[in-house]
Parts: sequence; structure tokens; C-alpha cells
Amino acid sequence: MSSKINKLPGIKLKEKEMYSLIGLVEDMPQAKYDFAAGTTISKFLEGLKEGKILGRKCPKCGRIFVPPRSYCEWCHVATNEWIEVPQTGEIHTAVITYISTKREKIERPEVVGTIKLDVPGYRDGEYEFAGLFHKICVDPQDVISGKAIGMKVKVRWKPKEERKGNILDIECFEPL
Amino acid sequence: MRSNIFMKDRVAIVGAGITTFMRRALETPRELAWEAAKMALDSAGLTLSDIDCVVIGSAPDTFDGMHLKGEYLGDGSGAINKPMTRVYVGGGTGVFVPESAYWHVASGVCKKVLVVAEEKMSPAHPHPQYVFKYIWDPIIERPLGPNLLWIFAMEMRRYMAKCGAKKEDIALVSVKNKRNALDHPAALTAANITVDDVLKSETLVWPVNLLDVSPVTDGAAALIMTSENVAREITDSPVWVDGIGFTLENQHWYNRELAFPRYLNYAARMAYKMAGIERPWKEIDVAEPYDPFDYKELHHIEGLMLARPCEAWKLVREGYFDRNGELPTSPSGGLLGVGNPIAAAGLMKVAELFWQLRYEAGKRQVKKPVHKAVANAWGDLMQAGTVIVLSN
Repeated sequence: MSSKINKLPGIKLKEKEMYSLIGLVEDMPQAKYDFAAGTTISKFLEGLKEGKILGRKCPKCGRIFVPPRSYCEWCHVATNEWIEVPQTGEIHTAVITYISTKREKIERPEVVGTIKLDVPGYRDGEYEFAGLFHKICVDPQDVISGKAIGMKVKVRWKPKEERKGNILDIECFEPL
Repeated sequence: MRSNIFMKDRVAIVGAGITTFMRRALETPRELAWEAAKMALDSAGLTLSDIDCVVIGSAPDTFDGMHLKGEYLGDGSGAINKPMTRVYVGGGTGVFVPESAYWHVASGVCKKVLVVAEEKMSPAHPHPQYVFKYIWDPIIERPLGPNLLWIFAMEMRRYMAKCGAKKEDIALVSVKNKRNALDHPAALTAANITVDDVLKSETLVWPVNLLDVSPVTDGAAALIMTSENVAREITDSPVWVDGIGFTLENQHWYNRELAFPRYLNYAARMAYKMAGIERPWKEIDVAEPYDPFDYKELHHIEGLMLARPCEAWKLVREGYFDRNGELPTSPSGGLLGVGNPIAAAGLMKVAELFWQLRYEAGKRQVKKPVHKAVANAWGDLMQAGTVIVLSN
């Protein structure tokens, strides 16, 4: 489309027009999936059930991975040691969600973000760190003001009898 | 980064085509591909029989609701009984398609390549957003009920915290791009808006509001890429591909700094090195940084080294990136203004640079003289960086 061409191909439809089109076919995939958690994440989830956060250490570079991996993605060697890591850390980033996965409005906005855990094996200010993506139980106002970023937090566990060995065994991260 | 590439042929872009970008198109995906491909061929004065190979780009199959979309798009894209490649790196696809075409030509395997990118997002409903659920890790991410906007909001929030930028500074990018798009005939969301309009639009995932985001879009774009000898026969004003770069970042996005896009920086260094560009902030005349969100353009300007880390938001306030500014960015109107049919949007950006470098962009032509240009796209969980450097 140089300046010489003014009319471009394409026929626009309004929402109503689209859903009353001749030949419109509606279809929905009915595939159901059961995902195995894998060799290391299975053990990590077991740890959550017991109220522990488990990492996996690379014998070559010394990084401790949380969530754990069976191999070090940097050295490409097998990790070989389980390490229970501190349940504290700081908020790397946090946001307030007003919509669901399906983009519907949700009634009570939720705070989610990433937590940089207090795990050794990383240089200060290194681009990579051990940490988790989870819900954060802080006042949304602190997210807006910026107070939440860098805030020290710890794990809030679900009551032991409710834990199932999945990521939701952690209820959220809450201020220390 | 060492790029160990031995080129047989220099590569040129000699034609481009695009459809209107629409919220809902009547055309099927393959019809959209056909329209763009035909326009690109016509613009280069070629017919399908001149074409040796076809490269197709399309992002997740789940949007169009068709698996094996490369094969599906084949006939409309003119690929029947020709060597065809489909590439896919999420949102990074749009710039990865001409990169793939580049190595088809540079290797000497093909002389004339038809490059087509298409996306039709409207079939998925109630909202295509739901399709994005399937890019998250099923074990440790999906149970939290994530929405794709979360990750952008997290990145934007981190950028704001680290760089001291405010929402109103970032909103200026949306204002600029939607205004630029008023001059683009394909545009879906061109508008004269204010920073206030952005701040007052619906809050989706704070800090992201509705007008911080590019729209759901249907559309297609296409290019013709050839070897140097062929290009010189076809046109007096070929646009050269001087460098390409593409790298993949770690998928464990929660284990890294989100304020600076390393996924892009490595790809940019690769492309600049190939293009012999040492100081991109001085040598690049016009850029199309990938802007599915307004902060993302700033993020990418910094990753492309067109501004220092954390400084792009200050420059946007000074009008530095306006169409008549020092270093115009997204003169097309970008994804925020023209629209975001994922793979086609990235290719639209490369097409814009093609028109800019040929001084054919009409009202969108930037004020300063242009010699070198760069476009990028990004895809997946802050992972795939794709960069292309062009010159005239």
C-alpha cells in the first residue's frame, strides 16, 4: 500500500452481522487433558503439601532453582541436590487484576505477582533469581503507590488438612 | 553474540501488500492471505509463476480455530507445489517471517520468495483472550487462573518501579500511535485521544487500562523478497535487508528481571552486527518497535538500544519519537493504532519500513531523510525476540 493505493481489501462485519452470517458454524473442542507434573515438580508439590519449598541445585554453577528443574538450563547438566529454601522473599512485581481468565469482570480484585525468594547461589542484582509466580495478600493501594514493590513477604499456607499437593497449597504471599 | 552466517546472495524487499485490519472480517483466513499476497505481487509487477518459494507466518492455531494453519493457508498464499515453510514464534512471528525468507534467499535456495502473514482472531468467542490460557504452564501457573494481561501488567509495573515512569508518561505512546494511525488506510483503532482518555478507560489489570492495549484484529500482510540480481531487474528502489536477529529467552519468566527485555537485546545485537551498525541510537533513522501495549514500545526502544535503559519514557514526553521527531517510532500507527492481527501486525511493521525507505508512505512519511530502519517483534512468555534491519 504505497500512497497510490487508497482502497484496501477486507469486508468488515459488525458483531450482530457476524453472528447471523449464512453458513456460520459454531464448534468447540472437546479435548480433555491430564498433565503429569514431571520428575521434579511432583516432588516440589509434595513439599508444598508438607509446608516446605524445595529447590534443586546445579552441581556446576551452584544456582538453586525454584521452581526446581531436573537439569540446569544454563550448564545443561543434571541437577543433583534437593535444598529446602527460605519461605521469605521480596515482591519483584505486583498487579491488580479486575478480570478473569475469560476476560469477565471479577467482583473482588486480586493481587498477583512474582516473588524473588531469599535463595542463595545468585549474585546480587543478577538478572535471574529463584522465585515464584503467585497471589499476593497485600492492599491493592500499596501496589498502586509502589510500596508493594520490594516489600518483604512470606508464604501463607493453606491449613494442613486442605493441602493437596498443588500450587494452591500456598494461599498467597503476605507481608512479613 | 557471533553470527556465523555465510551469505550467497544479498536480499531485497521489492513489494508489499496488506488488507484492512478489522475486528471481524467476512473473509476466511485463506482469503485474507490471498488478498495480501496478490497485492504484494502486483506491487512488484510479478505473478505467482515468478515465485520460487513461499514463507507463511501465523501465530497460535487456536485463534483461527484451524490446526496446521500453514497448510490451510497454503493455497491462498500461492504455495501449491512450491517449497513452503511456516514459521511460528508467537507474537514474534510477524518479523520472523521475513527473517525466514531472508535465509531462503541468502542461502541461494530460492531467488523470489512470497512472504505471507495472516491472523484471524474473531472466531474465538466469547473472547479470544481465553485462548491464551493454553500458553501457561498447566501445573504451576494455570491453577492460579491467569489471564494473558497479567504478565504484561507485571512487566509494566516492574518497568514503572525500576525506571520511575508513571502511567501518564506511558499513555503518551498510545496517544502518539493512535494519532499516527489516522493516516493509515488499514487502521482499526486510529483516533485522536488524550492521556486522560487512556487513564479513564476501563482498568483491566492495573496498571493496564483498555486503551493501553492493542485490539483483537483480523488481517493479513505480505512481502516479496528476492536476491539482489532479481531485485535490480524489478525495481530501481529495492529495500535491502542488512541484518536479522532472533533469540529465545528462558520460559521461566518468573525467575528473571522484567524491567529490561533481554530477549530483544540479544536479537538486536545480532542484527546490528550483521548490518554493521555500531551505534543504533545514532545510525537508525526510523523504527517500528513492537507495541502490543504502550509500555512495550518503550521497553523495545530500550532493548533495541535506540534509547538508554529507563530513558525512553522521558524522550517520548519531548516528542522525540513523533513522526516529525528525531527518531520516529511506529510512524504506521503500530499495533495500538493500526491493529494487532498477531503475525500480520509484525509484518505490517516491516511493510511500513519498506514504504518509508522508498518514500512511498504518503501522509505517514516521516519528516527526516531515511536510510536505515529497524523493526522488532516479540513472542511467547517474554521470550522470542525477532529483529530486522533494513536500508535503502
